[in-house]
Amino acid sequence: MQKSTQDYMKTIYSLSKNGEIVSNADIAQKLNIAPPSVTEMLKKLAEADYIKYSPYHGSTLTEKGLKEAQKITRKHRLLESFLSNVLHIGKDKVHQEACQMEHTLSDEAEESLCRLLKHPDTCPDDDKTIPACDLPFSNCEECIQLHQKGLEQIGKRDKNLVSIRDLKNGTFGKISFIRGEHKILQRLLDMGLTPGTKIQVVKIAPMDGPVEVAVRGSKLALGKDIACNVFVELET
Amino acid sequence: MTPQNNKPANSKNKTDLADTNKNDKEFIFALAGNANVGKSVIFNQLTGSNQIIGNWPGKTVDRAEGVLNFEGYEIKVIDLPGIYSFSTFSMEELVSRDYIALEKPDAVINVVDASVLERNLFFTLQLLEMNAPLVLVLNQIDVAKNKGIIINKEKLSEMLGVPVVFTTATRGEGIYEAVKEAVKIANSKPKHKQLKYHKDLEEQIDKVQHTIEKEKLFVGYPSRWVAIKLLEGDIEITKLVAEKSEQIIVQLNAILTEFEKHHQEKCFSTIASERYALASSIVASSFQQEKSAHRFTDKLDWFATHRIYGYITALAVIGGLLLWTFFVGNTFSDLISQGLNLIYSVDPEMSASAPLLSIIFNGFWGGINAGLTLIIPFVIPFYLLLALIEDSGLLTRVAFMMDSIMHKIGLHGKALIPIILGYGCSVPAIHSCKIMETRRERLLAAFAITFAPCSARTIVLFGMVGLFVGIQWALLLYVVNLVIIFVMGRVAMKAVPGKSTGLIMEMSSFKRPSIKIALKQTWIRTKSIIYVVFPIYIIGSALIQVLYIYDILTPISNALYPLTVLWLGLPAFAGVLLLLGTVRKELIILGASAILGTTNLLIGFTPIQLVVMALVAMLYIPCVSTIAILGKEFGWKSAALISLANIGTALILGGLTFHILNFFI
Repeated sequence: MQKSTQDYMKTIYSLSKNGEIVSNADIAQKLNIAPPSVTEMLKKLAEADYIKYSPYHGSTLTEKGLKEAQKITRKHRLLESFLSNVLHIGKDKVHQEACQMEHTLSDEAEESLCRLLKHPDTCPDDDKTIPACDLPFSNCEECIQLHQKGLEQIGKRDKNLVSIRDLKNGTFGKISFIRGEHKILQRLLDMGLTPGTKIQVVKIAPMDGPVEVAVRGSKLALGKDIACNVFVELET
Repeated sequence: MTPQNNKPANSKNKTDLADTNKNDKEFIFALAGNANVGKSVIFNQLTGSNQIIGNWPGKTVDRAEGVLNFEGYEIKVIDLPGIYSFSTFSMEELVSRDYIALEKPDAVINVVDASVLERNLFFTLQLLEMNAPLVLVLNQIDVAKNKGIIINKEKLSEMLGVPVVFTTATRGEGIYEAVKEAVKIANSKPKHKQLKYHKDLEEQIDKVQHTIEKEKLFVGYPSRWVAIKLLEGDIEITKLVAEKSEQIIVQLNAILTEFEKHHQEKCFSTIASERYALASSIVASSFQQEKSAHRFTDKLDWFATHRIYGYITALAVIGGLLLWTFFVGNTFSDLISQGLNLIYSVDPEMSASAPLLSIIFNGFWGGINAGLTLIIPFVIPFYLLLALIEDSGLLTRVAFMMDSIMHKIGLHGKALIPIILGYGCSVPAIHSCKIMETRRERLLAAFAITFAPCSARTIVLFGMVGLFVGIQWALLLYVVNLVIIFVMGRVAMKAVPGKSTGLIMEMSSFKRPSIKIALKQTWIRTKSIIYVVFPIYIIGSALIQVLYIYDILTPISNALYPLTVLWLGLPAFAGVLLLLGTVRKELIILGASAILGTTNLLIGFTPIQLVVMALVAMLYIPCVSTIAILGKEFGWKSAALISLANIGTALILGGLTFHILNFFI
């Protein structure tokens, strides 16, 4: 995939919350490209089945597109963490730097990076959630045993997943994957967040606060550090 | 061996003993259930005023028990802590499961919230795994009906194999039937039916249970329950079993590996899913939800967590609480001190003429005096309103809104509750830090509390600065204090190693607070202050009289001269005041009036000195009672470190304030 294609996907992903339509103007502004060129490129992406494009409305990612977008976003945010936390490059510069590097980073390097950084949840630049990885093993057990953080996971990551922290108020989803420490996982299970359970994001508190979810007839508040590790499959 | 491991053997003996002594008209009932289901209301209905509230032996978990006389039976009722599961997430869960499995109460009354049946049944199923003699009480049935929920009692009872009773505990409805069913259970001790999970999981449970029975392992708990806990990877149970039989653990690990490989899922996750699947199928056939209109509480909820109104609500709740305390407190404090003066007023002249009498009267009586005029009027209204806010569900929303701010000092939203308590009195506030999950968080919250101006410090602040310098200066100091709590909280967060746990909190729906529950909560908190603080007040006051009479204070204030006069710019006698203040902060103001011989503090202080004095008084050291509870909860080393941090902050800020104000004004 071309560098520019990846940039488009990444931009649409970051601009849209759970499948909202992203307008051409927003994309043009974020990428700093003239609107006519944006329209042309979006049409190409639609042909390649990465996005659904409707003129005058905007674009949404397709299943295939979302997968690509999450992958490149994950690489981008992991690189930002690496540049900032390990190489101590200024936070103002890591975004630019990561934009250049993300396109050449192999999956293998991505995996090592994730392990080296001890499976970060969020990136340092703007505290956004790092998407769950899609590497070709169905479970990250091996990955986890290599370091001491005591992380575990429940559920599977074989689908396109979104963290509940990135959802809009009122969205429904099905729990598919939770990562975290054993104690936290046990507690979330006890409270009813078992894999496959239908939940609704009721409200996300302002200033990056907790996420309120409705599950099995009760309402729970989950702090953002926990919420960003709870991934759901969106109801279609 | 840890005490936990000793327990099965000990408790066994105890149970045997109890059995032989007990006649058939005496029973022990335990109340168990999730938090916020109205368990305490039922406990109050059952036991009335016959309650003993203490701690579980060796644990910092509250234990409430009481006696109920019912149709010729004498029943001891134990109120277990409100919990969601029997994992080892908290001390409360350990205490509860050990009690039910090992002490074997004659009946367990499982109180559940009828509106949240599925989540509550998850807990009920675990009680059934333990073979607890169960009565299921569906409480708040009136609220559930209002929400359009219809529950088929007979069907539910049939599926679970236990009696089911509907109650509305706040009105006392259904309580009689609940006790009647429990007595029936206690008398007949029926073997209830075994609920089964999915075949795949049951096979594994059987395998482990079989191994346990073959090895003749006895740890006090039922073997099926031990098998489930082993499969769940429960740390305590695994440790307990490993000490007795390596063989079982080896086999367990083989079973686990195969099962998890086959299902591609962790076994503890499968077990939780299975319990919920069962709960959900029971709910599906006995529970009906009809569409209900938008209720008033939904609107309240929307308002209290709104991105703008939510913060206004939070501010109004905290601000209103403090204002209410201050105004009600002041009024009552005046009334009480007038009343006490009628009985006998403290006479400063006495120290010269009759030293011993002075120690007794001025010391002891003065101590009681100060306790009565401080604790009763300020602390009781504060706790009463706080308990009402807590019970209504409003405080949960405030914690939800404030979570991201609390994160900046390494805590989460729930920590707001102990910190707000700290504005009343540090002692019960530090005690209530128990609601936090880890020691690190409890320590950080307690540290923040030592900087929060409790009612005693508020009195000093308003009595010195508000009265003689200007109310705006007093308020400014209050705001400065908030900044200090925040900054010091951040410093502590960096200094104490470890990671913060995130917030997992149930947002229980709004409800009309119960005045009975609020009064009880207020009494529990006030009592803890009376027990800890009153003796220290009385002894402390007497001690000060001794120091005063034998003129030990002058050398001390001379020794403190470089600090108090040169660095802080205070009058020389401030050293004595600061010493007095370690016993109780408002002694600073009482002492100043005593030394100056007038209540007009401007005779002895300049306005700048009053501001510096109040600032230092607000921060410089936790009072003796606070140091005592810090030592008790966290060890003396932590208590000393926190005190030193307080002293350091007070000296640095006090000195800087003096020099800056002196320069500009």
